[in-house]
Amino acid sequence: MPEHAPDIREYVPYFAYKGKYPGVLGWLFATDHKRIGILYLVSIMTFFFIAVGIGVLMRINMLPGLAIFTPQQYNAAFTLHGIIMIFLVVIPAVPTIFGNFFLPILIGGRDMIFPRLNLFTWYLFITGALLAMVSIFFGGGAVDTGWTFYVPFSLKTTVNVPLAVFAVFILGMSSILTGINIVTTTHQLRAPGMGFFKMPLSVWGFYATAWVQILATPIIGITMLLVVMERLFGIGVFDPSKGGDPLLYQHLFWIYSHPAVYIMILPAMGVISDIFPVFSRKNIYGYKMIAFSSIAIASVGSLVWGHHMYVSGQSDTAGIIFSFLTFLVAVPSAIKVFNWLATMYKGSIQVEPPFLFALSFVFLFSIGGLTGLFLGALSPNVQLHNTYFVVGHFHYVIFGGMGFGLFAAFHYWFPKMTGRMYNKPFSVVSWLILFVGFNMFYFPMFIMGWQGMPRRYYNYLPQFTDLHRIASIGSFIMVAGLVLMAANLIRAVFTGAKAPANPWGGATLEWTLPSPPGPEDFEEIPVITRGPYEFDKKEVSV
Amino acid sequence: MDTSAVREMPGTQPHGPGMCSYIVVWGALILLTAMTVTVAGFNLQKIAIIVCLGIAAIKSTLVLFYFMHLRYEQRLVIKLLIPIVIATLAIFIGLTFSDVITR
Amino acid sequence: MNGREDARAGGRVGMWLFIATEIILFGGLFLLYSMYRLKNPADFHAGSLELNRVLGTLNTVILLTSSLTVACAIAALGNGRPKQSALFVVATIACAFGFLTVKAFEWTAKFHHGLYPNAKVLLSLSKGENLFFGLYYMMTGLHAVHVLVGIGVLSVMLIRVLRGAITPANPVYLVNSGLYWHLVDIIWIFLFPLFYLIT
Repeated sequence: MPEHAPDIREYVPYFAYKGKYPGVLGWLFATDHKRIGILYLVSIMTFFFIAVGIGVLMRINMLPGLAIFTPQQYNAAFTLHGIIMIFLVVIPAVPTIFGNFFLPILIGGRDMIFPRLNLFTWYLFITGALLAMVSIFFGGGAVDTGWTFYVPFSLKTTVNVPLAVFAVFILGMSSILTGINIVTTTHQLRAPGMGFFKMPLSVWGFYATAWVQILATPIIGITMLLVVMERLFGIGVFDPSKGGDPLLYQHLFWIYSHPAVYIMILPAMGVISDIFPVFSRKNIYGYKMIAFSSIAIASVGSLVWGHHMYVSGQSDTAGIIFSFLTFLVAVPSAIKVFNWLATMYKGSIQVEPPFLFALSFVFLFSIGGLTGLFLGALSPNVQLHNTYFVVGHFHYVIFGGMGFGLFAAFHYWFPKMTGRMYNKPFSVVSWLILFVGFNMFYFPMFIMGWQGMPRRYYNYLPQFTDLHRIASIGSFIMVAGLVLMAANLIRAVFTGAKAPANPWGGATLEWTLPSPPGPEDFEEIPVITRGPYEFDKKEVSV
Repeated sequence: MDTSAVREMPGTQPHGPGMCSYIVVWGALILLTAMTVTVAGFNLQKIAIIVCLGIAAIKSTLVLFYFMHLRYEQRLVIKLLIPIVIATLAIFIGLTFSDVITR
Repeated sequence: MNGREDARAGGRVGMWLFIATEIILFGGLFLLYSMYRLKNPADFHAGSLELNRVLGTLNTVILLTSSLTVACAIAALGNGRPKQSALFVVATIACAFGFLTVKAFEWTAKFHHGLYPNAKVLLSLSKGENLFFGLYYMMTGLHAVHVLVGIGVLSVMLIRVLRGAITPANPVYLVNSGLYWHLVDIIWIFLFPLFYLIT
């Protein structure tokens, strides 16, 4: 398919296009999926760095002799860090930034099927974020329950739990509506010839995720409503003095929050599945297995929530069932890892920044996943539950997995979104600092946790001092890498060299549009005749 | 009238069965309501809830199939949706049950 | 695949997906109900005896009738009779108000007898009965909120039908409102036996 050169007379980048509303209003009232993606990008990365800042303060607190937080403040800090990271960053990021920007283009469409609903989800997102921020300063102050809001403490603590959990309810609504938009768009707006098995695997990632958003998120919605009702009216469903069962809260909470981690990882895995073929110059190995594994992870992953509750009073029978199902869900993830590696085998490897992030994704996610097996097994869990081992595990899978997948997506799609190229050597340096700092920060947590260091503690016994010191220093190095990476990308937005339409030689549809795309994406809806990773039929442009 | 063969009109719902059929369905729903109230009066103990929920399921199916046109729906994603939702809820409730009854 | 047909059918697909999320929202409450009923069968029976079966049945009939009227509203529109359609929508809204009136009557009667969360009378009863009434208010309350929202949505649809913004060629908003309303009916179809009829 020949390179589609932009018509210089008519072409205007999507961010320069002057529509009905002038200036900033053109963004705040935008229904263009690309502009909405940018709105999400700016807001989510702002919240990300706020939460990173809180994390840095927590790590300073954990340095010997530098206890900057009171115990109450530390509780509020890790709660806020968790709420912002989980609900404002990691759950929405890849679907709302890259799903919005690229899903319509990847399937050969011109926009999401419900553009105004799309904008509405962003307003819901911002509302939820504002409510969460407001709850810090009013009604008793910042929540100190952990992002998990466990009863009975969340019912009794005098801080502003109702506003914080209501914020989560609103954020859940935003997520649900995004999911509905993605599923409907994928079903209704694919270009002629784009059957389900010709879609890029990133689309499969967004699609599988959207189903989890639709089917699981309402449960967190009702759970948060129930906490509000309990606090305001004392209906008694979680209160033992009225016959309620606190463990049922945990069931309801994790019925959503475990599938939520698959909402986090599936889109990132999808993007990685797009990246590996491009930088191996080779078709993906086992396309259908990767596509089905996304559905398998979404389904089986919705059956395992009890592995958070082995030692909370859940029955041993249920524990055995959940443990068995937890081991099952590792299989489709392993299939993906195998297929990505097999894609590289005998390929022609191009070592570029997106590829480095993709490789480190596989490495870090694998460590995280393997440590999950320790936690998923019943007996080791008794020792490891609520220790730093858990903190290390989830940071490896969420940050090392989803986070590095997000950064890979940034470095892969940056030229398409901005029309510019970033400084590649600089990005490699920032990646290296980030990678080294990350491992120095989080790996000691496995050791500490194994040795008994509890999580969510503002202080610790002397035997953990050295490991905490290493971890804190690692965190500062990691944050330096993050800042360098962000600075590099932000600078490139304004002064980067102009990027061609297809700098990486990709074969998916976004690379046939100019960098950046015009407001209407495709001038003519394409007719699809080949798969998304068939490089031998594609002319490469550099 | 074989309404399933009626071509789905673009952008609209699948062609429904018409007002007379709706009234017949409504009549059945009222009848089933009367049945379920009557049955509740008998002392059926353990199977009472099964019968009542069963009748509720039949009533819901009538509403879904005829009032909501699920019987005439062509789109696979919509046809499969209710079974998927039921399966999802069955799993959530069933696995939670596996804890509650064995504690 | 005709692109334009697909795009226009999207409104219906999206609405069904939204209905799925509402079913699961209530599903969480049904989960709690099943666990607590399992553990407190006698208390749930006792609680159910306090509820007015006649009023519950009346509300069931009202909602079933409202489902009929909203379905007829859409059929009338499809037959090219917008005024008849508008009348059916009015009938549906009237039924909804009727439902809420009966509900308000039921609830205030309960409040009068001290059977509300944290009331001294209720707290003096068994734990299971506290749970029963906690779930009763939560589930019928959330349902009533949905009825209220439905009244709002149907009122907007009424105006649009009368103004000619909703036509046989473009009925999507009315169809989707009808789907929402039927969902509200289905939820009550399950709430009714679980609270009023269990023995």
